[in-house]
Amino acid sequence: MINNSKVKEPVNVQDPKERIKNFKEVELGFSDESAKKEAQRCLGCKAKPCASACPVGVDIPSFISKIANDDVKSAYDIITKNNSFPAICGRVCPQEKQCESKCVKGKMGEPVSIGRLERYAADKNLNNLPSNINISDDKKHKIAVVGSGPSGLACASELLKMGFKVTIFEALHTVGGVLSYGIPEFRLPREILDFEVQKLKDSGAEIVTNVIVGKSLKIDDLFKEGYKAVYIASGAGLPRFMNIPGEGLSGVYSANEFLTRINLMKSYKDEYDTPIVKPKKVLVIGGGNVAMDAARCAKRLGNADVTVVYRRTENEMPARKDEILHAKEEGIKFMFLSNPMKFFGAEGKVSGAKCVKMKIIDEDESGRKSVVPIPEETFEIIGDTVIVAIGNDSNETIKEASDGINFDGRGRIITNPETCRTSQPFVYAGGDIVTGAATVILAMGAGKTAAKQIAKDVLNHSG
Amino acid sequence: MIIFLYKRLVINLDMFKIIEKKALNKDVSKMKIYAPYVAKYINPGQFIILRVDEFGERIPLTVHDYNRDIGTIDIIYQKVGLTTMKLDEKKEGEFILDVVGPLGKKSKINGYKKAIVVSGGVGSAICYPLAKALAENGCKVEVIAGFRNKDIIILEEEFKKIANNLEIVTDDGSNGKKALVTQPLLEKLSANPDYDLVFAVGPIPMMKAVCDVTGKFNIKTIVSMTAIMIDGTGMCGGCRLTVDGKTKFACIDGPDFDGHKVDFKEAATRSRTFAEEERKSREKYCNLFKGVNL
Repeated sequence: MINNSKVKEPVNVQDPKERIKNFKEVELGFSDESAKKEAQRCLGCKAKPCASACPVGVDIPSFISKIANDDVKSAYDIITKNNSFPAICGRVCPQEKQCESKCVKGKMGEPVSIGRLERYAADKNLNNLPSNINISDDKKHKIAVVGSGPSGLACASELLKMGFKVTIFEALHTVGGVLSYGIPEFRLPREILDFEVQKLKDSGAEIVTNVIVGKSLKIDDLFKEGYKAVYIASGAGLPRFMNIPGEGLSGVYSANEFLTRINLMKSYKDEYDTPIVKPKKVLVIGGGNVAMDAARCAKRLGNADVTVVYRRTENEMPARKDEILHAKEEGIKFMFLSNPMKFFGAEGKVSGAKCVKMKIIDEDESGRKSVVPIPEETFEIIGDTVIVAIGNDSNETIKEASDGINFDGRGRIITNPETCRTSQPFVYAGGDIVTGAATVILAMGAGKTAAKQIAKDVLNHSG
Repeated sequence: MIIFLYKRLVINLDMFKIIEKKALNKDVSKMKIYAPYVAKYINPGQFIILRVDEFGERIPLTVHDYNRDIGTIDIIYQKVGLTTMKLDEKKEGEFILDVVGPLGKKSKINGYKKAIVVSGGVGSAICYPLAKALAENGCKVEVIAGFRNKDIIILEEEFKKIANNLEIVTDDGSNGKKALVTQPLLEKLSANPDYDLVFAVGPIPMMKAVCDVTGKFNIKTIVSMTAIMIDGTGMCGGCRLTVDGKTKFACIDGPDFDGHKVDFKEAATRSRTFAEEERKSREKYCNLFKGVNL
């Protein structure tokens, strides 16, 4: 049966008035009935333009047709051939820029809700292991993965499928990298992440937390311990600041710090020890997903007045459309074409920002609009808390791991993108430490590429 | 293979076990913790981050000594906040949930001939391994250690063993001279300013005062900056401070910095960012578990 509706099947969300008082998931997911109806909107195009726009190449029309035919287990098996973490990707991928942007349905209305259907299939199979996982005990070669963020998890999962032993080393006390310290619970509930990590453990992965490769262990130690190859996915965790006056005032946070206090350390819950100051008037600088996450977390700390200050316009915001929409529903204010010139305050504490108006002048080579300040148009806004969310540079701690790995001028590891090989034999790298801050799914794609190459190289070398 | 597996198993079972615990005085205690991943590469000047239990905060603590062969580290902490109070509830044989390190850059110890190490209070715990390493590298080390009163003096015997001279001062004169550390420092430098290093660790106002003195004599002064931090690997940026007009992270660029270039005023206000929240949680803890008010 075909559903000819031009619009997406509606999905239940938590009422904005209620959800700004809690950290529970905002989007509640499709019911069986709406998932089936939405799946029936898919035209099942033979050319599969959606699949070719997926960084990990999930066979989208095939899994959707299984949902339309009430076979959600098979839908999950089809997805997990290419993506072991659909419950995560279904929630956090920028589908409107990837699969859904190429959906034929989108030409005459709204595209099929591919992300929500992926999430539906995953949530219905939380207790099932991904397809073709190899849980045999006769695994010969062991591989070390550095970092348990999306790229490390994806690489580990692929290696397990191919019959390797895998140990993941994580610097923090919790597994997940940015999925754990960065993305808030209301977008990715921790029990979903826990389910996915548990599946990886059930498939044979060993995870060692509290080990910083570069500080606690060097790459050579890993080879000495018998690891045949190392995949480095240490991420881009070095917050960028604006380098303007007043950034050292108390009350000015990087988005990383603010989000980590809330998401990793659970400072918003009474029983946890990590402190957080309840803000009254918050300024969030930036327009990406991290800025939206920070703004919405701040809102939830007691209905603060939150304003996002972004130097371009809404059209250029890199954040997912759904996150911008949800932020607006939650009463987050937006101030576009504005950029802070300095933060001011009294007695060392921030009390506001002096901003300058911006104007769009041109498009740069990537097609993104460039902006310049209009020097005579400045204004002040007050804020007792400022969150700087303008991106991350690469974290150079990993440089101490080995002298054999080449880095570029921006601290990123130089690799061949086809193979993920670094300049050191049997050391591979991928994700944000190679590309600079990007998306969860691109990092996962690199993890997969690396896993395939590692398997090839290690088996060629050691048989 | 079997030996390796056995080793791995033992390592995991004992991870972060408190091997020894000793009270140095009523406020300050010392713990020996099994943390082989930290012990393997740690050097003087570096630190760890620990989390006592599931609800705990991650706090940086200095490593006072270590044994690479058996994989242990010694920490010295003062019971000043909620986390150090909770840490102090732990007994020998019990476990700390998370310990990670070594963090920060190791202190530079080569190339010095004559140094003064100035410590304030529990800052001695950071000063001692550095003073020892300097002495082992052929540097003549004089130590000035300041404490509030005689009851909280720590590491006196240890310092005596490695220092050419140890001068203890107290705020109230209950042991040694009644003076701040800057007084003997000024006397030493006035008598003979041929020192090539002053290393100072203690409360921010003390480090600033030391730098004010040494600045007059143009003597290189290194301070160890303890700041608010979460991950300790550069990810959160909470520990940032201004050094020579530039933003630096205490966790990855430090903790040692040129004291004459540190913006101490900013560092002091940043360190008080959560003062009110910390006061409340300390009170809550005391009321819940101790029945006393601070």
